[in-house]
Amino acid sequence: MTAPDETFSGRPIVAGVVEGEALVSTETISGFGGIDPSKGTVIEPRHELFGVCFTDKVLVFPGAKGSSGWSGFFQSTRLMGTAPRAMVFNVMTTKAVLGAIVTRVPSVVECTPDPVAAIRTGDWVRVDGDRGVVTILRRAA
Amino acid sequence: MRDGAEGGAVAAAMDLLIRYGEALGAERLCETRNVAGTMTQPSPAKAKLVEEGGWAKSFAVINLDCDDDIEIPRMKVPTCQLQHGFGKDASGLTSYPEQSIVLQGDAESYFSERGVNILATCTPYQVGNIPVRGEHCAWMESSAVVYCNSVLGARTNCEGGASTGAAGLTGRIPYWGNHLPENRFGTHHLAAGVPVDDFQEWGMLGYFVGDAVQEGRPVITGELVNPDLADLKHFGAATATAGGVEIYHIPGVTPEATSLEAAFGGAAVPETLVYGEAERRLVYETLNDQGESTDVDFILLGCPHASLDQLERVARRLEGRRIHSDTELWVMTPAAIRTMADRSGYTRAIERAGGRVLTDSCPAMSKAAPDGTRVMATDSAKQVHYLPAILGIEGWFGTLDECVDAAITGTWRGELSR
Repeated sequence: MTAPDETFSGRPIVAGVVEGEALVSTETISGFGGIDPSKGTVIEPRHELFGVCFTDKVLVFPGAKGSSGWSGFFQSTRLMGTAPRAMVFNVMTTKAVLGAIVTRVPSVVECTPDPVAAIRTGDWVRVDGDRGVVTILRRAA
Repeated sequence: MRDGAEGGAVAAAMDLLIRYGEALGAERLCETRNVAGTMTQPSPAKAKLVEEGGWAKSFAVINLDCDDDIEIPRMKVPTCQLQHGFGKDASGLTSYPEQSIVLQGDAESYFSERGVNILATCTPYQVGNIPVRGEHCAWMESSAVVYCNSVLGARTNCEGGASTGAAGLTGRIPYWGNHLPENRFGTHHLAAGVPVDDFQEWGMLGYFVGDAVQEGRPVITGELVNPDLADLKHFGAATATAGGVEIYHIPGVTPEATSLEAAFGGAAVPETLVYGEAERRLVYETLNDQGESTDVDFILLGCPHASLDQLERVARRLEGRRIHSDTELWVMTPAAIRTMADRSGYTRAIERAGGRVLTDSCPAMSKAAPDGTRVMATDSAKQVHYLPAILGIEGWFGTLDECVDAAITGTWRGELSR
């Protein structure tokens, strides 16, 4: 049995089911001036994930901030092979929603309880972009 | 349109807009006849797609999220290209790649043949694209979006490259967020307890407001002194830099706020957050915390792109003077305003002093400053926020007078007035 706080129900916005290691940011993420699509890393000096690579990770974050280039920058991660494996976020903006779509990775939004508070970096999670469910399968050691 | 009756590109565009609209939870799409997006700016990903299948391939993948080989028809509704990379006028001034300038010129030919107006600026509202109040638009560029919603009272969300590409081909955009009247009322009330009376003060207030409200819809009152276009351009850009503001209201100035009460749509006015001396000083210090050396080698003006008035102010200050031999001064402006500045003598005055008037882009967009730049100075809160991080250089923020002084002496001597 999975404990109740280890399943998160939300709304699916990009279809597909994947499992992967979570990378959690408690801060919103910038596209333009915030990430380097050629490396798949966060480059904003003051950000908690500064220098961290999100490639192939399940990116769990509050939402997008900054320039309207957000979707284009995350789309570039797909085209350059550095994209995250899935996206989970709660703050609905046109930037993040369009970004998830053009990054073409399973994405679930508006989950309860708040995934940013409950999921920890390193947890192994499943993102079900067909049904809108995120599940922690294994806690980080 | 999704059925393909108008061709593959229009079908792909409609398919993307429906996926996007559904993901947002929009009830429907609405009609738009005003699209501002980006297609021509070179990037490594785009260059690869162009090599594979020309600009049609690039537009399909980047602007329509479609992998099929499709013909790109003429845009269905008026569509413009916002700022992009450096153009020919910047050739040889930085290490910005020459092949990117050539690639962009090629893109301009391709997209202008398909009905895209090459405004090449982050400020389309300065060069002929001035939406009317209530008009549904599909714009990107955060500083333009906030100007469009707030100062002009038109309606747009902060769109992206793909949604604007699809909107240009269909004349549709999701009816969501800022398009709905009930989503345009204020959420926060901020009051300026210090006079906000010049370009720098408006930028600092904007940076404070953006940081304070993040994605909120601020209503600002207090000692706000007669803002002009440049002041509000700077203010909005700063709100969308420190936060994600897409609409604000200033009662008595912006069109949707005839009064403080109207700005909140009749709902209770929330508790007031005050911008006083201490807050003003803190913003100033934050904007200057990327500066250490006072040996300035680059002055950047015109972020967002300078108005004709701003060019006149720069020209007047540089008249008969000479910029320091180790310092470069650039003013970024739309090509159309550059033409007016040429005819009005401003370009000549700036160039005689050793400065340059450049178009199409900015150092942050093109990730390029004059070779060897270590310390920049600017009068723009937005540019000083982004450029030092993007280029790994130091940055100072001050008034136009301080920037011009630094250009002439090579030394930064800025300090907060009052």
